[in-house]
Amino acid sequence: MPIHEKTLIRPENLVTHDHLTLEGVDVSGHWSTFINSRAVTDYNEQMQEEIAALPGGEYIHRCWQCGSCTNACTVNAINPDFNPRYWIYLIRMGMQDELLRDKDIIWQCVSCNKCTYACPRDVNPEGVMKATSHWLELKGFTEKKPSMVFDEAFSEQVFATGKIEDGKVLREFFARTKQPLFQDWLVALIRGLVMRLPVGLLMKLGLATVFHPRTRGWGRASKAIEEYVAERHAADRRSLHLDVQGAE
Amino acid sequence: MSGKYKKVAYYPGCALEGTGHAYNRSTKELGKALGLELAELKNWNCCGAMEVKNVDPKLQTYLSARNLSIAEDMGFETVMAPCNGCYHNLKKAEYDLEHDQASREVNARLSEKAGHNTYAAGKVETIHALDWIKEAIGEEGLKVRVKNSLKGLKVANYYGCMYTRPRHIFPEKDQGPGSESTSKPHFMDDLLAAAGAENVDYPLKTACCGGAHTLSDSDTSTKLVLNLLTTAEACGADVIATECPTCHTGLEMHQVRAEKVLGRKTSVKILYFTQLLGMALGLSPRKVGVHENMSDSSDLIRAKRLA
Repeated sequence: MPIHEKTLIRPENLVTHDHLTLEGVDVSGHWSTFINSRAVTDYNEQMQEEIAALPGGEYIHRCWQCGSCTNACTVNAINPDFNPRYWIYLIRMGMQDELLRDKDIIWQCVSCNKCTYACPRDVNPEGVMKATSHWLELKGFTEKKPSMVFDEAFSEQVFATGKIEDGKVLREFFARTKQPLFQDWLVALIRGLVMRLPVGLLMKLGLATVFHPRTRGWGRASKAIEEYVAERHAADRRSLHLDVQGAE
Repeated sequence: MSGKYKKVAYYPGCALEGTGHAYNRSTKELGKALGLELAELKNWNCCGAMEVKNVDPKLQTYLSARNLSIAEDMGFETVMAPCNGCYHNLKKAEYDLEHDQASREVNARLSEKAGHNTYAAGKVETIHALDWIKEAIGEEGLKVRVKNSLKGLKVANYYGCMYTRPRHIFPEKDQGPGSESTSKPHFMDDLLAAAGAENVDYPLKTACCGGAHTLSDSDTSTKLVLNLLTTAEACGADVIATECPTCHTGLEMHQVRAEKVLGRKTSVKILYFTQLLGMALGLSPRKVGVHENMSDSSDLIRAKRLA
């Protein structure tokens, strides 16, 4: 599979002149398009350090840009703009504005770990993708993306009760992302299931939504986890030079 | 057949108590039919799946370490997890606790506060349901027990991501003949072939179903699943055999969604490998929970006389 490289010759960088003569030669029009200077002046020299400070980003410095990650990437195969190798390059170069062009797709990493498997330098590109999307949210460059909303809804249940109940996670996620619960395909799916399920199991599943499954004796673990999470959140914000009080 | 894994600790995980209930049922029934004993971990907790690691990876390590400490307290040297996510996370915790001092410190601190033993690497071995059947019964052992051969059933074996990646957390794999391969896994193929199935040459054995974003990025998941389904059909498969509740449910959900949203209908069936093996051993479809699957495989089961 080829690695689709990004072109820096973008429409907004193209310059055409209606009337231009250079050294006696008429170069007017579109056929002789000029390109704006591509000198980069907006480096964020802290970017690599900040992303490396977040969980998963630790080994970004090892990358030698072979492109095995992008070549192996599941999401790249359906969206060529999803390019881990390129993003790692931008982060290491500090080219923040270039990275921000892709700020709304980086969260779409599906954690299949094909990149991690292929990487000859143990960069852990999957972790770097997670650290980068986390960084974008913490810095306020993007709103909280659906994957993070889901991760939080899921994790909160685990921290509170020790277990999850998949129906509750689904309802919670749809509520938090303001989506209707009764989506066409979901209704079709549930209808098909209910038609065939024995009453006993239906009742069991129904009871699970009333009496949420939980781990017995989880209280102390739950408290220890909550303390640890608060501590980690504060540490993450500190490493990004953000106000610790701003943490949720 | 060795005496190994005759009795192991069993970690079903949350999915097997919910949407993956059929996998739980078929795994237990298969074990019973084969004379293998499962002892469920007492008061186990969620492994954190694909989500808690994005809040903090070391917390995910702790969640698995707590489960491993329960297995140890119960006197087991082996814990079997049929769910790829649980299996992967227990393996990952084992690796991190062996190699990373910071993970050991967080685990010790949280375990102490939570009031249970601190699990140390090397005490409990984690295996998948595939390892369990393969080692405890093996292909020869299965062959002599088959009552209802899967002959004529064309199967695409689908292993997913978490069973083989990343390679470093599975030190026992890629160890030459007899061991599992991380690039071309074959344990499920071996077991189903022993039960008479005709495995098709499926190129997407370890491709991703988008399970981590099955709800948060449904369009991506639907595309990935549709690719898995159409490729299985192109390979001539009647059924995709699965070994993970997240993959299995994702395949079922997005098969419906692909039809509803993209207008792409596929008819390949989706069954857990434990359901197929169970039926080959003569268990009824009901006993292995076929009616609990979200997709309806009854036509195929009738046509292939598995009922």
